[in-house]
Amino acid sequence: MQIKLLYFARLRERFELDGEDLDVPRGVQTVAGLLSHLAGRGDVWADELASGRVFRVALDQELVDFSALLHDGAEVAVFPPVTGG
Amino acid sequence: METLPQASIHITVQTDDFNLANEHQHLSQGDRGIGAMVSFVGLVRDLNLADDVVALELEHYPGMTEKALTGIAEEAAVRWPLHAVRIVHRVGRLRPGDRIVLVLVASAHRHAAFEASTFIMDYLKTRAPFWKKEWTPAGPRWVDARVGDVSAADRWHQVVSEQYGNDDHD
Repeated sequence: MQIKLLYFARLRERFELDGEDLDVPRGVQTVAGLLSHLAGRGDVWADELASGRVFRVALDQELVDFSALLHDGAEVAVFPPVTGG
Repeated sequence: METLPQASIHITVQTDDFNLANEHQHLSQGDRGIGAMVSFVGLVRDLNLADDVVALELEHYPGMTEKALTGIAEEAAVRWPLHAVRIVHRVGRLRPGDRIVLVLVASAHRHAAFEASTFIMDYLKTRAPFWKKEWTPAGPRWVDARVGDVSAADRWHQVVSEQYGNDDHD
């Protein structure tokens, strides 16, 4: 399963990456699984995506909770809580 | 069956400033049923957490931002009898005193227009993917989301919108 990942604001700066195409490892089905896979990269990834840190995930441009199911071709964005207006 | 709201919805995300008079005119054009128009304009403040803010930089998520704002306007149009909603949000580098966001709501009824505009701002602050970075003499820092914004949005879950059928708009 291939997905497109996007990072915004503080997370984009800390990861030094605004996005990437990812071949999702077998067995990873949900947003939660994806996040622990990314946290497994260690360093800033583990630091920012550790449980207890507050961040949001959008799947195909809709806010979702971490139990949401991934699908091939999904656009997944990870970002801090929003501060517009 | 519930009928879909017929409100005209217009969403813009732009770096340029907006002109309130022009936006007002676009909102009400040709609609004699409008009895009330409420406008909210948000400005960049120069003080936050006791430091001097010299500039504000706004980042957004192109594509999702427009979808989120449209969804919020549509949700408002389900809850209140609205004729039109117009949201303009600026991105990029802004300075203290600059206009940052405009919410314009038109309805036959005053209360609907007031309430819908408050609802839209409360939801925008917690659901629309914008992020603010403040530039201070000590350097840049990202603005943290406020707990109060979340509870302001949450309170609308409890609110049951009233009936406006017999309300005189003015």
